[in-house]
Amino acid sequence: MHALPPHCKLVAVLCFVLAVVSTPREAVGAFAAYALLLAAVVRLARVPFRTWLGRLVIEVPFVAFAVLLPFVAEGPRVEWLGLSLSEPGLWGAWNVLAKGTLGVAASVLLAATTELRALLLGLQRLRLPPQLVQIASFMLRYGDLITDEMRRMRVARASRGFEARGVRHWGVLAKSAGALFIRSYERGERVHLAMLSRGYTGTVPVIDEVTATRAQWARTAVLPAAALAVCLAGWLLR
Amino acid sequence: MSPPEPGPPAPAAPPSLEVRGLAYAYPDGHQALFGVDLTVPRGERVALLGPNGAGKTTLALHLNGILAPGAGTVAVAGLPVDRAHLAEVRRMVGIVFQDPDDQLFMPTVREDVAFGPAAAGLRGAELEARVRDALTRVGMEAYAERPPHHLSFGQRRRVAVATVLATRPEILVLDEPSSNLDPASRRELATILRDLDLTVLMVTHDLPYALELCPRSVVLSDGVIAADGATRDLLCDEELMRAHRLELPFGFDPRSVRVPGT
Repeated sequence: MHALPPHCKLVAVLCFVLAVVSTPREAVGAFAAYALLLAAVVRLARVPFRTWLGRLVIEVPFVAFAVLLPFVAEGPRVEWLGLSLSEPGLWGAWNVLAKGTLGVAASVLLAATTELRALLLGLQRLRLPPQLVQIASFMLRYGDLITDEMRRMRVARASRGFEARGVRHWGVLAKSAGALFIRSYERGERVHLAMLSRGYTGTVPVIDEVTATRAQWARTAVLPAAALAVCLAGWLLR
Repeated sequence: MSPPEPGPPAPAAPPSLEVRGLAYAYPDGHQALFGVDLTVPRGERVALLGPNGAGKTTLALHLNGILAPGAGTVAVAGLPVDRAHLAEVRRMVGIVFQDPDDQLFMPTVREDVAFGPAAAGLRGAELEARVRDALTRVGMEAYAERPPHHLSFGQRRRVAVATVLATRPEILVLDEPSSNLDPASRRELATILRDLDLTVLMVTHDLPYALELCPRSVVLSDGVIAADGATRDLLCDEELMRAHRLELPFGFDPRSVRVPGT
């Protein structure tokens, strides 16, 4: 898993998610099958289950939205534990929850087995517009630096006795954010100068071309192919 | 049989850098340079000294055509710095900027060092060899796959030097190479620079470092070259130093220092 070329994995995750979202929501079994498929791949990739499940937490804000649906949606209602719930709302919530979770789970698996750097190479290989790849790789390079600058500014504020306690202090924080923006902008200009000095003419040369063999493509195709089969079964057995 | 006729003497290699009457005013009207003349012969290491705001960095940015002169000319190894030769000139002039975080913009050290030669069209094994060679010259070959932000400041500065060495420059231009370095990193960088065997123009106000590395110095003050001579002579000229806000660190006596390699 870890050794597979990043662009193959990206395509595989995309296809898997497409298969999941085009499955009818009533085919409950199909979603269980998807979850099992993913779990099998996680096992194969030797990603610890705890890490995998733990990272699913980023989905929580969307779950909150799904939980609201049965209460606010229209349509025939069902009684459950003294609560009046909308039936289409329940199906809607299930739909969002199941498909969302599977999508996030697949992406988490991709992230756990692929370095960010490799992901960028994969996107580059998949002919994503180079500007987007450049922006993402600069974020990767300078993210730490900007966080560090932010931390230093916070220390400087705190050293002079400042503590953000309420709305009245938002002005100071806003000014810090502004200063941070200006600093980053100026750094951007200096970086651009340094790039020009080394022969930059608008495109970053492709230094590492990632390639994939037929066998690697075939291996990455297993998951989306299985998902497609489940999806078709879901439609046929409805 | 008569001995063969001696041929005409081989033409001397053009100087690595030749600046003639260079004047420049920023778009906001602030005039930074008023007719700078400077020649750096091949293989020489020259320090460009001057107080803050003397126009040192402005001058450096003219050397590879980032800024276009208002008047005067710049030539690198005989090649005029103008629009037609920009790509070639930027390959030949390796500028090492003051902040290595500005200079190292790629995700890993190896890719960063490869950037210059790759932009010039180099690929494959030749590119790899170039990268390895440049990193070896600064003693950083073991860090090729690291992201730059995981290196110490001194290491980043050395990688920054490697990024321009990789393009096989005619002249290395260093902007404040010793700034923010601890004494050990300072010494390591000095050793590396001395062993490079390359034309070097070192922009600095670190006078001991200039004395240690550069036999010759020029003083840039108020946009003109105010003095040009042997580094030790300039540093010993107290009046000159005072006139241009150049000050030796406390307790440093340029007369008593033995410069390595002389």
